[in-house]
Order: sequence, then C-alpha cells, then structure tokens
Amino acid sequence: MTTAPRTLFDKIWESHLVDRQEDGTCLIYIDRHMVHEVTSPQAFEGLAMAGRKVHRPEQTLAVADHNVPTTDRSKGIADPESRTQVETLEANGKAFGIRVFSMDDMRQGVVHIVGPEQGFTLPGMTIVCGDSHTATHGAFGSLAFGIGTSEVEHVLATQTLVQAPAKNMLVRIDGKLPKGATAKDIVLKIIGTLGTAGGTGYVIEYAGEAIRNLSMEGRMTVCNMTIEAGARAGLIAPDETTFAYVKGRPMGPKDADFDKAVAYWKTLHTDPGAHFDATVVIDAATIVPQVTWGTSPEDVVEITGRVPDPKDARDEAKAKAMQRSLEYMGLTAGQPMEDVAIDRVFIGSCTNGRIEDLRAAASIAKGRTVAATVKAMVVPGSGLVKQQAEAEGLDKIFTAAGFEWREPGCSMCLAMNADKLSPGERCASTSNRNFEGRQGRGGRTHLVSPEIAAASAITGRLTDARKFQD
Amino acid sequence: MDKFETLTGVAAPLPMINVDTDMIIPKQFLKTIKRTGLGKSLFFEMRYDEAGKEIPDFVLNRPAYRNAKVLVAGENFGCGSSREHAPWSILDFGIRCVIAPGFADIFYNNCFKNGILPIKLPQETCDKLMKAAENGANATFTVDLAAQEITTPDGEKVAFDVDPFRKHCLLNGLDDIGLTLVKKTKIDTYETARKTAQPWV
Ligand code: SF4
Repeated sequence: MTTAPRTLFDKIWESHLVDRQEDGTCLIYIDRHMVHEVTSPQAFEGLAMAGRKVHRPEQTLAVADHNVPTTDRSKGIADPESRTQVETLEANGKAFGIRVFSMDDMRQGVVHIVGPEQGFTLPGMTIVCGDSHTATHGAFGSLAFGIGTSEVEHVLATQTLVQAPAKNMLVRIDGKLPKGATAKDIVLKIIGTLGTAGGTGYVIEYAGEAIRNLSMEGRMTVCNMTIEAGARAGLIAPDETTFAYVKGRPMGPKDADFDKAVAYWKTLHTDPGAHFDATVVIDAATIVPQVTWGTSPEDVVEITGRVPDPKDARDEAKAKAMQRSLEYMGLTAGQPMEDVAIDRVFIGSCTNGRIEDLRAAASIAKGRTVAATVKAMVVPGSGLVKQQAEAEGLDKIFTAAGFEWREPGCSMCLAMNADKLSPGERCASTSNRNFEGRQGRGGRTHLVSPEIAAASAITGRLTDARKFQD
Repeated sequence: MDKFETLTGVAAPLPMINVDTDMIIPKQFLKTIKRTGLGKSLFFEMRYDEAGKEIPDFVLNRPAYRNAKVLVAGENFGCGSSREHAPWSILDFGIRCVIAPGFADIFYNNCFKNGILPIKLPQETCDKLMKAAENGANATFTVDLAAQEITTPDGEKVAFDVDPFRKHCLLNGLDDIGLTLVKKTKIDTYETARKTAQPWV
C-alpha cells in the first residue's frame, strides 16, 4: 500500500486522532499539558464543582512563572492577588495529584523553558498549555499550541481536545546566516515578511539550511514567536541536534526506550512532494540583525536602518496605525535606529532566557560597563539556567558590568509582577511582544536579540552588536 | 454540569434592552481565581451604590426576588465581551433560566455550556411574561425543558423552541467535557495502543 506524501504536521495530527466527528472536527489526544497559575484556577475549580478527576495527572506539569518575584523570595509574594494565584496552583497540584514546581524549586522557571529542560517536551507529541507561547515546543517537532481556560479544563478531564485541522505552511530559510545574525533576527524577519496575521489558520513548518544549523535554543526562539505571525503552532523536524538535546533529560525516555523513540522520531519529517497550502522562502543572506520600531511585532527594521515613514505605508489603514505607533513610541520618521536612546534593558523570557542567550549577552557585556543612563536586568529563564550560568561565571560578568542578576520567571516580559517600565520609559527587550503597555503602562519596547540588548545597555542607545564582536 | 429538567421559581423582571456583559459583571471582578462567588457581584453597578450599599429598588434587592431562579429581560441580552464570568455570575446567583426576545451570540452559547437555559420568545410573549414577573412573590414560573413549556403563575402555558442537541445536553447534564467523556472507550483504546507502540509517552 502506498500512502500519499504527508507533511510533518499531517503525521503528528493523524497519530493523535481519537475520533473524527461528523462536522469535520477531530478529537485529538494530548500527550503533555503544562499549566501555570494565571489561566488554570477556574479550570481546576470547574473540575471540582463537577466532581471530576484529572484523567492522566502524570501527563501534566504545573509551574508558577507569571506572578513570581525575581528579587529575594524568602519573604514570599507581596502582592495579595499574585500570592493567591501561586498558592492556588500549589493547592490544586496537591488536590489533583499533579507535579508542581513551586517558587523555591530549583527547576522552577518560565513554563516553556522548563518543559524542554526536563525532557517533558519530546518530539512527535501534542503539547498544550493555557498560554499562547506554547508554540515554543514545536522546536522539537511536536505539535504545540496555546488554549483557553475551558480547554484547559477539558484536557485535564479527558486528556483530549476537540480541534479542527490546520492548513500547512512551509517557511524555508535557505543558505547560511551572515555573521552576527541570530535566531531572533530570523524570526523577526519572518514576522516582518508575513505580517502579524499572515499565519492565521496555519501551522508553520520551518525548514532550510539556516534553520537546520540552529541549536535547539535557537529553534525554540524561532518557534516561540510563531504566534506573533498569527499561526497557532510552528514545527521543526527533529534531527540529530534534537536527539542529542533530549538524551539524558530527567523526564525523557531512557536506554532501550530512548533508542526505540529515536527510531520513531526519525520518521517525523515531511515526505518529498507533500502538499503545503502556502510556501514562503527567505534567503538567509538577507537577514541582518533586526529591531522593532513600533507597537506590533511586524514593525521590524534592520538595526542599521531608520524609522520608517507612514507616507510609504502599503495602505491608508497601515499609515494610520504607523502614525499612532510612532506617537506612542516617541519616534520620528527617518530617525536612524541607532540614535534612539534607551532607559532600560531586559534580557530574559521564554523567547531568549535560555543558557545560550545568556552566554551571547555575556560575551558582549564582558569587560564593559552599562551606561550610566541605563538600568539593565538579566532574568534567567529557569532555576537550572541560572545555576548553569553561575557555574560558568556569567553572573559575575553581568554584575561586574552593572547588570542586575535576578531570580527566574516571566518578569518584565509581561510586567505582571513588580518588574515593569514606567510611562515613557524605553526598553531594549529580548522578549516577544511590543504591544502598547505590555511591559508597563506607557512603556516603549524594542524587541531585539540578546546580543543587541547587551550592546545597547553598554552604549545607552540601540546598538548593532556586531561592533562589539570580532 | 447539573441536569436541567424542570425549574420552578420566582421570575425577576429586568425590562431593559442591551444588557451587556459589563453590566452583568464589571471587569474589576475578572481577576478572581474562582468562577463561584460571583453571584453577589451580579449586576454590580445597578445593585449597589458607591458606598457598596444595596440599592433597595433594584429588582434583585427586593425581598420577593432575592431567590429568583428565572430572569425576564429585554432585547439583545448579554452583548459585549466573551467573558464566561457573565454566565458564571448569573448561575452563582441562582438563576438558571433567562427569557428574552433576543440574546448576543457568544453569551447564548456560554449559557448552554454552563447549564443555563436561555429562552428566546417573540416580543409580545416576553411582554406578557414580564408583566407576570412583576407580581412579586406570586411570580412563580415553571420551566419544563422536556415539554418545552413555561407555566406562568396563572396557569397559562407558553411553548418555546430549543435546539434538540442542546436540549439533550442540558437534560442529561452534558457539558463539552461530558460529551467527550461519552467517548471514553475510544480514548481508552487509543491510550492502550499508544502505550504499547510508544511507551515513553
Ligand atoms: S516569558 Fe513572557 S511570553 Fe513567555 S510565558 Fe512568560 S509572559 Fe508569556
């Protein structure tokens, strides 16, 4: 029997089908479920009210990340609402038999950093979380997407979800990246090309030489921001880089199971000739370090470029939006990006809070000093990232340069805890969203790579990090 | 979800059109970690004054309607946001049936998801029911879902329409999760097969 060539998405989807319903929607099995304190309380309450149990507690992992303080934690959380949410997560974990990495656990961190680190995230799986950046886990060749609170409850109770299949899009980055360009620059370039709604209705598979050459950390950075292009999930086919990363992780398969798993994972790639509903090809050579100038992640320019002019917008609506963004951001058309002075630097988040990101930032910070006008902070993505960084002496490099070295969590990525911008403050941030008010009311965010964030901290202006590299 | 078979209780009149989700439950109550306990904040701004004291005139504050189980309202009830806090607060107050000439879409769906029966009836019929509801403690309605019939305090019967599938779900207390759990054997079969093929999952 021959089967038609299938995409990676098709393969994962079909292997998780429990039932196809009359209206075309499918009941799909969910292998891994991650929960955090903000979107789960009503789901657990709903279960309790209906007298239901968690169907497969061992397939769920709970981590507190959004509300936790990144300063000294010994006195707990000061804000009562944040404290209640974190305590509720712990209580629900106990009541329903789910593992919780609490605030004082070494393994605690941003949920999307913790899953891969623990080997909870594995290739070929379906992974969900009540959080849109669940797309991160697609870097392992798993179908991973964000869900709402009622769906969280549905997964807890049944380990399944009712979903309609997505369309397939291929985004291929051909050739080699130029020196100084990073995974963050790849994904910012993709979002700039597709636009924030360009991926709506699709699952994107990233392929091509530049993607293959990325480390797992870099692949996670790319998949993480898939949602910023409007697509629900991003995928990268697993390969030797993936297997090497997964091997030996605490929650991953061991010994014979590992070999068996690898044999299966090797089948997880798009067959030659498989159909994509859309294809986008970008020449890696055109990807130079990027920065956002506006209040939408699609508002990208090259770091060496200038603030664009609304006069050149593709249409009236976009021109209006650009004008509004410029006003909010306090920028003028034509201004060179590298002239823009900043007040704050944030290095962290599920986009760029992994060990490799910290190494990259430290390589720029080493032996240099943060500008007197800038307050800069480094927030490791997890307790284990922090531990590793300290073992390598990165914390010393950062603190010697004048960066603050914090405890792990979401922190100023969304400013739900005490870490936030004041109105009008401008920040070079390695996070993923530059929406109005995202990092604090009136705050101005420029999304950049860890290298640019570190270089900007030192000069006090948005800065091309290549100047500090040999 | 609790089954909805026959509901007997006082009907409260709320003769207003376009009651939106902010009026049902204002946004300061969305930070809660619970879906229960919202009943006391239902219709918050109409129900309490600035000092947080009850406004005695508001229908749900009047002695006869404090335990109302049915609400009769005006056109386009539940418009605004998709927040499930709106049906949660209605349910938590103790109301399980809302009668109106029309509902906002998302709210209408959210009602069924949470065990509330929204009944859409022509304007004249609603006007009649509104009048009956104004009878205070004597405004006892009986809503029989199986028979698709409302009985008013003077024994008059009013028929209503409901989607057969949704009726089935409400009568049997099946929410989305309940519906999936009907396929439990399929899920179990899938899991068993998967465990053999991919023991690491
Ligand atoms: S780091 Fe930011 S994007 Fe990631 S989960 Fe936390 S808040 Fe969301």
